[in-house]
Amino acid sequence: MSPVVKKKGEKFTLPGKYLLFILTLICTGLIVVTFNTNFLSAPVSAVGGSLIIPLQNGVSKAGSWLSSRSEELVQIRSLLQENARLQDEIDRLTMENISLQQDRYELTNLRELYGLDAQYDEYDKIGARIIAMDSGNWFHSFVINKGYEDGLMIDMNVMAGSGLVGRIVDVGPNWSKVMAIIDDNSNTSGMVLSTSDRLIVSGDLELYADGVIRFEKLIDSADRVVEGDKIVTSNVSDKYLPGILIGYISSIDVDSNNLTKSGLITPAVDFEHLEEVLVVMQLKQSVGP
Amino acid sequence: MKRFIMTLLLIIVCFLFQTTVFQGLDFGGIVPNLMIILTASFGFMRGDKTGLAIGFFCGLIIDIFFGNVLGLNAMIYMYIGYANGKFNRIFYPEDIKLPIGLILVSDLAYGFLYYITLFLMRGRFHIGYYFIHIIFPETVYTILITLFLYPLVLRVNKALEESERRSARKFV
Repeated sequence: MSPVVKKKGEKFTLPGKYLLFILTLICTGLIVVTFNTNFLSAPVSAVGGSLIIPLQNGVSKAGSWLSSRSEELVQIRSLLQENARLQDEIDRLTMENISLQQDRYELTNLRELYGLDAQYDEYDKIGARIIAMDSGNWFHSFVINKGYEDGLMIDMNVMAGSGLVGRIVDVGPNWSKVMAIIDDNSNTSGMVLSTSDRLIVSGDLELYADGVIRFEKLIDSADRVVEGDKIVTSNVSDKYLPGILIGYISSIDVDSNNLTKSGLITPAVDFEHLEEVLVVMQLKQSVGP
Repeated sequence: MKRFIMTLLLIIVCFLFQTTVFQGLDFGGIVPNLMIILTASFGFMRGDKTGLAIGFFCGLIIDIFFGNVLGLNAMIYMYIGYANGKFNRIFYPEDIKLPIGLILVSDLAYGFLYYITLFLMRGRFHIGYYFIHIIFPETVYTILITLFLYPLVLRVNKALEESERRSARKFV
């Protein structure tokens, strides 16, 4: 007799394997639906926002307190050394600052000449705090405590300090999910600041531990790009605003096809110790010419 | 009802800790997998149906916040919970060897399934690297946390069973 058929007076129960089969079908359906459309994200994010986010907000404060205590102990000694080193650097930077100010004067003049005023200092930005990190160890995304109620939208760029962190891939009422540029799934179109050669920056899980990310498809037949060059987001990217600093080239190799180059970039942002980020309140598509 | 609320509470607390506090207490960027401890231990403590239900919810909550697609983690966790439920018959609360072994195997299985579905499919073939740098450290850390978390889960389950037995006796 089939176990599903209900006997008289017996309570109806569904055997485990049938339940497993039904839930597998549901999961497969969900995967197919969410892979192809955005249809389910609104109701799901509303549930998450009302249930989990307020709790995460509180607990993550406790978490960051714990980690900052443990780091303080480690860092006291290195801070002393660093202090001496920084003093030297201050002297050096003061000199540099003077020469930069001269450059800036020149730049302002030139920019007026070209009418280029879309520098990223002038974008409208909003600060947000990271309240949760990806639960696993495979990808590098995190949740921040601002959502569409604060005017955030999918594909808005996220920065920390002066460097690019990533972009918003999912948004709820009071939270949004940010995919970092070092995420294994992420590909960013960038360019070398000095020569305007374009390249593709892609995150790689195998390079997390070394604190670098990979770049590829750099066409530089004149060999003008060198280690230490600045990489910024390119103007052909459809998600990222142009001219945001990604990082510096730390090594460069010629590919086996002898046409393109690839290598490693040291990101401008310290992804290990991110706590607060800035969201640029402007989408690439809405920036004027 | 009591069991439902307690279990839900346990899942949410574990998820919160995994995404917040433990992110601050990572070793070399590796975070333990509390959800697999919950899924596996409810699986072998309560049987395959509870295991797969708990696994489904644990996976779903991860998918909602961090999944690229909804349902993938839910499916992996669900199978792990179901498989653990099959060991319910040889489970005794006094024995710690079986739970530790099962959780270890579960976390390894989770790592491999996740690698196959999300990395192998995209042409990342260095399974050796991923095993040494992600799957294995995660398993070791998870087992370490199991030593503290599992007795707690066991005690919660025991208290629930106790109160259920008492209320059942009242009706008779």
